[in-house]
Amino acid sequence: MRYKRVAAVAAAATLALGMSACGGDGDGGGSGSGGAKGIVGKAQSQKKLVIGVKADQPGLGIQTGSQYEGFDVEIAKIVAKGLGVDANNIEWKTTVSANREPFIQQGTVDLVVATYTINDERKQKINFAGPYFIAGQDLLVKADSTLAGPEALDGKTVCSVTGSTPAKRIQTEHPKAKLQQFDSYSKCLPLLESGKIDAVTTDDIILAGYAAQSQYAGKFKVVGKPFSSEPYGIGLKKDDKDGCEKVNEILKTAASDGSYKAAWDATLGKSGKAAPELDTTKLTNCGSV
Amino acid sequence: MSTSTVLYDHPGPRARVRNAVLSVVFGVGLAALLWWVYAKFDQAGQWEGDLWKPFTEASTWTQFIWPGLRQTLLAAVTGMVLSLTFGILFAVGRLSDHRWVRIPAGAIVEFFRAVPLLIMIFFIFYGVPFLIQGPVSAFWSVVIGLTLYNGSVLAEAFRAGIRSIPTGQAEAAYAVGMRKSQVMQLILVPQAARAMLPVIVSQLVVLLKDTALGYIVAFPELLQRGVNDLSANRGNVVAAAIVVAMIYIVINSMLTTLANWLDRRTRRRAFRIPKQATAPRDDTTVTEPQG
Amino acid sequence: MHVFADPTNLDAYLSGFLWILKLTGSSAVLALVLGVLLAAFRVSPVPVLRGFGAAWVNIFRNTPLTLIIFFCYFGLFTTLGLTLSDDLDQNNYWLGVVGLSVYTAAFVCEAVRSGINTVPPGQAEAARAIGLTFFQTLRIVVLPQAGRAVVAPLGSVLIALCKNATIVGTIGLIEASSVMKQLINDNGDAVIPIFLVFAGTFAALLIPTGYFFGWLANRLAVKR
Repeated sequence: MRYKRVAAVAAAATLALGMSACGGDGDGGGSGSGGAKGIVGKAQSQKKLVIGVKADQPGLGIQTGSQYEGFDVEIAKIVAKGLGVDANNIEWKTTVSANREPFIQQGTVDLVVATYTINDERKQKINFAGPYFIAGQDLLVKADSTLAGPEALDGKTVCSVTGSTPAKRIQTEHPKAKLQQFDSYSKCLPLLESGKIDAVTTDDIILAGYAAQSQYAGKFKVVGKPFSSEPYGIGLKKDDKDGCEKVNEILKTAASDGSYKAAWDATLGKSGKAAPELDTTKLTNCGSV
Repeated sequence: MSTSTVLYDHPGPRARVRNAVLSVVFGVGLAALLWWVYAKFDQAGQWEGDLWKPFTEASTWTQFIWPGLRQTLLAAVTGMVLSLTFGILFAVGRLSDHRWVRIPAGAIVEFFRAVPLLIMIFFIFYGVPFLIQGPVSAFWSVVIGLTLYNGSVLAEAFRAGIRSIPTGQAEAAYAVGMRKSQVMQLILVPQAARAMLPVIVSQLVVLLKDTALGYIVAFPELLQRGVNDLSANRGNVVAAAIVVAMIYIVINSMLTTLANWLDRRTRRRAFRIPKQATAPRDDTTVTEPQG
Repeated sequence: MHVFADPTNLDAYLSGFLWILKLTGSSAVLALVLGVLLAAFRVSPVPVLRGFGAAWVNIFRNTPLTLIIFFCYFGLFTTLGLTLSDDLDQNNYWLGVVGLSVYTAAFVCEAVRSGINTVPPGQAEAARAIGLTFFQTLRIVVLPQAGRAVVAPLGSVLIALCKNATIVGTIGLIEASSVMKQLINDNGDAVIPIFLVFAGTFAALLIPTGYFFGWLANRLAVKR
């Protein structure tokens, strides 16, 4: 542990040096206090970033061996590139839903791009750039199922992740549905396949990712009636307003120069779904009042 | 199997027939049950080649199972070394003559033996960062959790071990003019440690199994990589769990065999607890590990 | 402490520990019965039974409980179609009981077997000499004496069982550790009090249990 702390101090010192070194020649984020702080500063001085992504969500963020793949990962690469960091210099960190805020607050990661819904509760702890995608909670059912939507869930068994927002929504809005919870969605799918449960519920884009996996091809379908709106944002430290604005700028550029569409086509778009429009008018104001 | 022969006579012709009949009946019943399980799994398509094919590919082993196993072993070994240190310190602490050492040491050991590891690991990962104002990695959360729990169990085992050493040993050491700490360091702990070797190895099995609880903080150990992550990629959750279970069983069986061998070896040494030296015992371990 | 002033949170806390107690109680009974039976198998004259007992102990004691409970869900329930209750929570609860019992039975078996080993061979020899059969020897002479010697180890097994009950959370039963996890997720500012309440409850349940078994073992110990 001790050497870690030493390393952290060393890193902080390097960062401070880097900051003072580039204090004179203008700055990327437009902060008034002399040097670029936050991720912009780190990207400038160290040319490295630590980014948190999911490891178990096909199509979005999945760890295949030592690599991470998916739409979130591609978005993260675009952002890193915009900040001047080469994709090879990104250190990927697996995050799960429960540890995203702590990871950002404690500085374990610089950015989180992990199916991360922007909401007010989270905004009190961290800052969000984006949204880069609007998902919605939906149901995944067997291809021949007649289950039409969440209203029809009474008495049916639906599977989700323990304590997740989709699970809580089912509990409060559809209390007659039976809720089976696991620690990951990948455990729900064999149950859906064998008919032990009637539906899996979470954001439509995540469900689409699972449905598109080769071993499940043609077996499942997403109902297609989203019953919530989940704007996916990029999480960073609460006081890093400059970083947030910079990321939003990068997203704007990505929407216009086609790299956003390319990211989609290389990952989730493989299932044949056309790339969504990135609505740049909806980007967050990064916490300014 | 020395005990069993004590419990019943050498089988005569009738007993031998009866045993054979029992064996056959039970064996057939068991085989039928296993066949039924096999058939049901077959019906559910669990033996389908597609689900098992990933295990014939090198990438599954080099990218999922082996890295996971490495993390599991690394956490287990680190945890073991730390647990031993913790165990010896607190065992000695609980045997201290000073009340201000003995009571806190006792309270700490009792507390960590009573708190479920799952809760402990979870707290270290999510709670401790607030206390120390810095992140704790998943690896260290698991290792520290394992250390606090297994260290406490070992502390109790050591304490029993130290107390099982004939008092003459300590008296003789005092008689030649050794100080209390010398008696502990030079006479009691080394003997207790040797007598406790099988318990230590058995506890290693527990430790190794408990690394699997690291899934709660997404620590990439064998269960996480080999079952959760692999099946997220390949959709073969049951097949993956069977393979991973077999890996655990093989490794832990080897450790258990080692523990039993060490146990038999230490039991042959005469100085140990005289009561047990009277009869040759079979292959049980001294103290059962607490899973 | 404001977290537990909220009645929904208090209810969650209570129901979490209620599950733990129910899991521990049912599994303790099943594991004790199964464990003694397995121990009898392991010392029996029939080789197949001995092999079965040994295999059971080797397999279940060497597999992480998380995986065993996982197999109860995905093997017994999903694949073999064993439904133990129509209610989802009850079904998961019973599947958890099965998993905890087969796992704990392996430890009970080993505890009982080493208990049998503490009975001096002369006792069994004398029993055989007066013509008792294997089961009579075991039931009338050996097990009553062994029973006293296994009180302390069985106490440890029971304590381990109670703590292991938290692992049933992996198949979606919202027991104490899952409740704690959710409370921590919702109340990031009160992580430490939440932990202290949950850990403290376990300590308050289990430390006295440990002392009780220690006291009982001392009282019942066979003086030789």
